[in-house]
Amino acid sequence: MGEQVIQTEKLTKRFGNFTAVDEISFSVSAGEIFGFLGANGAGKTTAMKMLTGLLAPTSGSATVAGFDVYRQTESIKRGIGYMSQRFSLYDDLTPRENIRFFGGIYGLGKREIAEKGERLLDSLDLTEAADTRLAALPLGWKQKLAFSVALLHEPKLVFLDEPTGGVDPLTRRRFWDMIYQTAASGVTVFVTTHYMDEAEYCDRVSIMVDGRIAALDTPEALKRNFDAADMNDVFIRLARPAKRGEA
Amino acid sequence: MKRFIAFVRKEFYHIVRDRRTAAILFGMPILQLLLFGYAIRNEISEVRTGILDYSHDVVTEALSDKLFSSGTFRYAGSLASEKEIPAAFASGKMNEVVVFEPGFAGRLQKDGVAHMQIVTDGSDPNVSRTVTGYTESVVRDYLSEQRDGSVQFAGVEVVPVMMFNPSLKSVYLFVPGLMAMLLMLVSALMTSISITREKESGTMELLLVSSLRPAQIIVGKVVPYLLLSFINVVTVVALAFFVFGVPCRGSVALLFAESLLFIMTALSLGILISTITDSQQVAMMISLAGLLLPTVLLSGFIFPISSMPVPLQVISNIIPARWYLVIVRAVMLKGAGIAELWRETLVLLAMTLFFMAASVRKFSERLQ
Amino acid sequence: MKRRFTSMRASLAVVGHLLRKEFLQIFRNRGMLPIIFIMPFIQLVILSNAATFDVPQVRFHLQDFDRSALSDRLVKRFTSTGYFKMTGESFRQKSGIDALVAGKSEMVLVIPEDFEQEMMTGGHARIQLLIDAEDGFTAGVIRGYANEIVASFNRDLPELLPQLAGTQSVLPVIDIRSRGWYNPELIYTDYMVPGVLVVLVTLIGLFLSGMNVVREKEIGTIDQINVTPIRRWQFITGKLVPFWIIGLSELTVGLVIARLGFHVPMLGSYGVIYLVAAIYLLVVLGMGLLISTVTESQQQAMFIAWFFMVIFTLLSGLFTPIESMPHWAQNLTLFNPVRHFVDIMRRVMLKGAGIGDITTPLFMLAVQAIILLSFAVNRYRKVSV
Repeated sequence: MGEQVIQTEKLTKRFGNFTAVDEISFSVSAGEIFGFLGANGAGKTTAMKMLTGLLAPTSGSATVAGFDVYRQTESIKRGIGYMSQRFSLYDDLTPRENIRFFGGIYGLGKREIAEKGERLLDSLDLTEAADTRLAALPLGWKQKLAFSVALLHEPKLVFLDEPTGGVDPLTRRRFWDMIYQTAASGVTVFVTTHYMDEAEYCDRVSIMVDGRIAALDTPEALKRNFDAADMNDVFIRLARPAKRGEA
Repeated sequence: MKRFIAFVRKEFYHIVRDRRTAAILFGMPILQLLLFGYAIRNEISEVRTGILDYSHDVVTEALSDKLFSSGTFRYAGSLASEKEIPAAFASGKMNEVVVFEPGFAGRLQKDGVAHMQIVTDGSDPNVSRTVTGYTESVVRDYLSEQRDGSVQFAGVEVVPVMMFNPSLKSVYLFVPGLMAMLLMLVSALMTSISITREKESGTMELLLVSSLRPAQIIVGKVVPYLLLSFINVVTVVALAFFVFGVPCRGSVALLFAESLLFIMTALSLGILISTITDSQQVAMMISLAGLLLPTVLLSGFIFPISSMPVPLQVISNIIPARWYLVIVRAVMLKGAGIAELWRETLVLLAMTLFFMAASVRKFSERLQ
Repeated sequence: MKRRFTSMRASLAVVGHLLRKEFLQIFRNRGMLPIIFIMPFIQLVILSNAATFDVPQVRFHLQDFDRSALSDRLVKRFTSTGYFKMTGESFRQKSGIDALVAGKSEMVLVIPEDFEQEMMTGGHARIQLLIDAEDGFTAGVIRGYANEIVASFNRDLPELLPQLAGTQSVLPVIDIRSRGWYNPELIYTDYMVPGVLVVLVTLIGLFLSGMNVVREKEIGTIDQINVTPIRRWQFITGKLVPFWIIGLSELTVGLVIARLGFHVPMLGSYGVIYLVAAIYLLVVLGMGLLISTVTESQQQAMFIAWFFMVIFTLLSGLFTPIESMPHWAQNLTLFNPVRHFVDIMRRVMLKGAGIGDITTPLFMLAVQAIILLSFAVNRYRKVSV
């Protein structure tokens, strides 16, 4: 394992007297696919927001891509890509316009945007649909496009927040192919999901319960330790004693 | 039914829990009524008057004194020549200049006629006309005082009686308009936005596939706003009565019943708008520009309908608030009953039914 | 030095991308386009015509209990001026008031039984006017009209009743000429159009900017923007400029309509108007963006925007003169940007005021623009809650 791309030490976030994230410590190495699991309300999204510079932590420390999450949030933002569960490109713009916009605000030059954009559209088979409004495209295509756009400025690390919600298994499989390719090219992937079969594809997996990290290891090790047939089983055993979560 | 009540309760919480919106919903009527009552007047209380006196004699000075002692005119300086008038107007220092010709008193004595001129800042024709009228009446008073006692012949005397509003308070005029505007805002605007919001966020589909029927959903969305609107009506009427002494000479029950009818009209308009569009922004702009502005300007709220050009008088007929205003003013100020107002009531009723039918039609079209 | 220059160019390029995106979105929104570009002008035409206090014709109900030659002449005086139109006649006190209650007439003219008799013998008689004073202002105008007519009737009395003429001594008369400067024919639209234009530009500017950021919050795209290294001033600039341009274009079209459609005079300079408008729009948009950044839903934002819009419009002197307000309210209006722009528009267009005449309100606007914009930039946080 090479350099550590994410490193956290007792990272905590409180909202009033509610502790959303409770002293989590972990590290992610370069080129890794890191699965970040947890039930709804376990604190995944809050943790992710702190790591992407959207939310200031209450206490603890963390560095992302070598920058401090308290003082250097803007430098972090330059070095990471982000794709959120709530579909985050503009529905009323075309794929080409979305690419141009996001490329533009990451400070890419005109020629660079044009070249990368064409290559990207080509690889996604979107050339024909490049000038159709996004709203008219199927969800699976939008997600692939959003992922590619998040990689446009060549970040070292990309955060994917439930990237495959709401699509069929085949489309999800294709999406994971893209994730593998990305990781193979040296980009670290930090991904949250609630599909347990997807957890199996990760190099390492952490499972959050009630704001704490309840387990962190490779899928194989987790299954062995919990004496479980699959990740689903692991998850249920860990999450059952949870106090929070959906009623 | 139980589910339906639960749904209504949820809607109600949505509104009240958002404290800022709730504060505005309940605070706005009060604030606006106070503003209208205390600050917004169309009677002119102060005229900044300049004097250009080429004569400086007993009569011109007596006239000036009389002018400034009336309370309406405030002395804003003396001018030496007509050339100074434009600058005084452009800077806003004066809005009236009274000019006396040279040898004013002498001419009045000798020829029986003396000339004076009232120059007003005519950019506001309204103020200009009223100011001129005030000044003329002061001069008339002066003359009639002068000839007091020696008069054998006074001609016809006009005894005006200001009916319904003897002290000519503008708050009497504004209260009914304010009610119409608030009801449009809360009922039409808020409903249309609240429904399109559910469409935009996709929760509308969720509701539609639930076991609630579409009619129940719509009614459920509408009931909280109906309640809120009604509370606003009661607040405004009570405040107007206790703070500004605006009476309700007719039946209070009739006033509230007619208000309920108007609320229904506004709600059905709100629903109609939300069936036309899926976007909150569009719903909002249609409500604002298409409902609220006409309600303020074409209903007779501030500007009398009889003053408008004929085409606009015709257009004003399709504005629900116009009819509601006639009703509220007649009930509150003139003590009118349903016998005088059945026509206006019928118009509102017909409008409500029309809007409802149109939205049901639009709604089922979309479902197909 | 060179490095700073290139980085400045790079940051401006980011703003350029934002602008391009905003414009694409605005022009692609089919529902909004007519509302932004057509509705205001329909409104301008309708509202400017509607906003008038002129009382063209008064409907009156006659109760002539005298039915004499003289009372008949007096009534003719009323109807022949064109200001008054008779809509009914009755001889029962109550039916006159009924006509007012039913809204069929605005005034009842009551001539008592001995009208002519008293006139002949004493040279003095009274008539009564019952005026519907729901609208106190209109009532005042009606009273004024009636006074004028009766005064002219009185002047002609010596001819009508020659037997009185001998007893009358010549009374001194003050001949009053009145003149309305700037607008001698007292055309109401000249006065209203500039003001209504201000309100429309404000309305569009405030609501478009007020809805904008909060809409991205509602859809969720704001998070995607917030994880990018974009700077706050870049973001606010990108959100501000499109509406600034739209506001100025609306103003331009409005001015063209005012000039060609309403023949509103333009005594001052367009340069001054645009200078003021440019600053004024910053105030409006700053306020809109501030609203947008502190609210969570479009409904909430719209509501707050509407709240301020109503207060600003009512306290702007657009419909009712500022001079009529009590002093505390007049002082309050000094913080109202709409009041200043309405005032400046009227003064520049109708009175030809130059930049020197409007330094104080212009200064007020500039200060407000700076305060609101810095607030908006400050309140926009690149974090989510």
